[in-house]
Amino acid sequence: MMFIKYAVYRFITMLLTLWVVSILVFIIINLPPGDYLSNQIAELRATGQAEGVAKAEFLRTEYALDRPLWEQYFIWVGMAPGPNGFSGLLQGDFGWSFEFDRPVDSIVGDALWLTVLVNLAAVLFVYLIALPLGVLAAAKSETWVDYTAGFVGYLGLATPNFLLALILFYYGHKYFDLPIGGLMAPAFEGEPMSWPKVKSILVHMIVPTFVIGTSGAAAMMQRLRANMLDELSKPYVETAIAKGMKPSRMLAKYPLRMAFNPFVADIGNLLPAMVSGSVLVSVVLGLQTIGPYLLAALKSQDQFLAAFVLMFVALLTLIGTMISDLLLVLLDPRIRYGGRGT
Amino acid sequence: MSTQPSNRFVDPEPWTDETDISAPERSEMDAPAWLLTWRKFRRHKLALISGIFLLTCYLILPIAGFIAPYTPNERSAEYLYAPPQSINLWHEGSWVGPYVYPITAKADLEQYRWTYTTDKATPMPLEFFCKGRVYNLFGFIPSDTHLVCAPKGATIFLWGSDRLGRDVFSRILYGAQLSLTVGIIGITVSFLLGITFGAMAGYFGGRTDWIVNRAIEILRSLPELPLWLALSAAVPSNWGPVAVFFIISIILGILDWPGLARAVRSKFLSLREEEYVKAAEMMGAKPGRVIRRHLLPNFMSHLIASATLSIPAMILGETALSFLGLGLRAPAVSWGVMLNDAQNLASIEIYWWTAIPMLPIIVVVLAFNFLGDGLRASLDPYKS
Repeated sequence: MMFIKYAVYRFITMLLTLWVVSILVFIIINLPPGDYLSNQIAELRATGQAEGVAKAEFLRTEYALDRPLWEQYFIWVGMAPGPNGFSGLLQGDFGWSFEFDRPVDSIVGDALWLTVLVNLAAVLFVYLIALPLGVLAAAKSETWVDYTAGFVGYLGLATPNFLLALILFYYGHKYFDLPIGGLMAPAFEGEPMSWPKVKSILVHMIVPTFVIGTSGAAAMMQRLRANMLDELSKPYVETAIAKGMKPSRMLAKYPLRMAFNPFVADIGNLLPAMVSGSVLVSVVLGLQTIGPYLLAALKSQDQFLAAFVLMFVALLTLIGTMISDLLLVLLDPRIRYGGRGT
Repeated sequence: MSTQPSNRFVDPEPWTDETDISAPERSEMDAPAWLLTWRKFRRHKLALISGIFLLTCYLILPIAGFIAPYTPNERSAEYLYAPPQSINLWHEGSWVGPYVYPITAKADLEQYRWTYTTDKATPMPLEFFCKGRVYNLFGFIPSDTHLVCAPKGATIFLWGSDRLGRDVFSRILYGAQLSLTVGIIGITVSFLLGITFGAMAGYFGGRTDWIVNRAIEILRSLPELPLWLALSAAVPSNWGPVAVFFIISIILGILDWPGLARAVRSKFLSLREEEYVKAAEMMGAKPGRVIRRHLLPNFMSHLIASATLSIPAMILGETALSFLGLGLRAPAVSWGVMLNDAQNLASIEIYWWTAIPMLPIIVVVLAFNFLGDGLRASLDPYKS
């Protein structure tokens, strides 16, 4: 019962946070002077194309861009009636992309799922790599295993993501015949899901997953190692060894469980970094996630598209953080219901 | 010491109460905290080396123009994509001093790339303290003396040249000026914001604490890069490189403070109950004074250590932004801008030296990490 109450509380805070985020996003998007349409109108006027001006003016009133900013915000969210009544984020209308001249949801469509997929894969990768390596580094601390793991970890932290992406791509293609660019073979784009398509996506995901996950895995490994070392110096470990318990069994039975809590709590730190990384890597590798759309939209001030992508990215991390909080409470009942960071 | 007839030893110095006989044993305990920290830090060899390395890097920044043989935007139209040249000392068994071989470019129209032939017959000795293009020493003293220059008719591209025939080595030196200071400015901004908000939240508690905490939570749960992108997209494109540079570093700092504020807040929560804080408050000290004089000095060193650990993130952030074309733009030179030029497979496959700027990035980021770890480990001198 307590858990459900906490889950509801956590869900409501997430919604409130999302609301604050929407204000932030709206402010940031409107920071640059001018907007896409007024730029376009000025350009059309300068080149003397009158009919284009009429269309742009129509879009301007259609999406309420001629109103004061605060009104624009409420119309965008869907809390105030626009020219066509209530139609904003809350009603599922994400606006119009002026650059692509299509509604936003028809542009991002597939990209949303691929974004989630790429990030999920990266998180999985982080856990699969960091868990065994971190434990091993702690158990064999101050031997060559530890030093090698530490060195590789540091290198992973220090190499800029996008460079790693380029290099791995090149060598992956040269020696392992991995495909270059994209998240699937071009033939499958826009096709319905099928077994060959899934296989193509999987092969294409190898390099991106590795690249996005590396820095996260390195950080996570170091933290796990530190946690494990703290636990390993405690008396109960000594007792277990003195009683003749096998080291591997002892490790798994006691210290690992203790060291695991911060591991789950860390998703909150991990996810924002991962999503950041995936945006950057997607741009470099030309993955069909929302990263490239974000960059293009930001560069051309295509405000509804940019705002939607930012909101989606924020939603993704917020949901992830919420899930990690809930998992943490399930894992360790000692953690107080009622909030983090106390 | 004098010996008495009865074989007793007597010290002629008058006896005083003040000399502490346990002084030799206590030297370790009585040493000031900074000395203990230094002694402990010295044992972290990797951190020490990293610290010295970084110090050297930052000291070189103002005189980068003197060390670099070329200025950053100096183009040699005849040497596009020239490969790295080596500096040799001996030519055919005899001492010549540092010299380079002249190279000539030839367009390979079949493979569509530049090929270079080295003329191994004529060694050309380098010139030292010679006149070259004008640069600004320390940023404001115009000078045209360079440490080394290429001899007439030859070039000195230690790390090759890029697609416009600019020297990669010189550009890396100039790029360091921006890439390395971005982190410092950014961390200053983040430090000020973090301490202000963290101190307010921890010291006043109550509603202030709640608001600051929510702000921290929201900012921390958002992915940094998209926000950086959005904010830098808002920088007007007609601003000069210097203004863009400052704005970018401030943007990097603005999104970094929550972590620091959190640490400051939790420290303040525990420290504000201490007696000396109560005493200061009762003597009528204003909150600002209590925070600045009594609370902050207590854990400044820890803050500095954690700040050292967040500088790399900023350096990488600047690189990423410039790489994507939303950060610094040419003619400004930073490592990210240089990599922006190298962001295609051709530069890895054929002209691998254009990707060299990644090396200084990796080395500097590693050094900051090692230094920060070492500092953090040695800052608690009383804990073994």
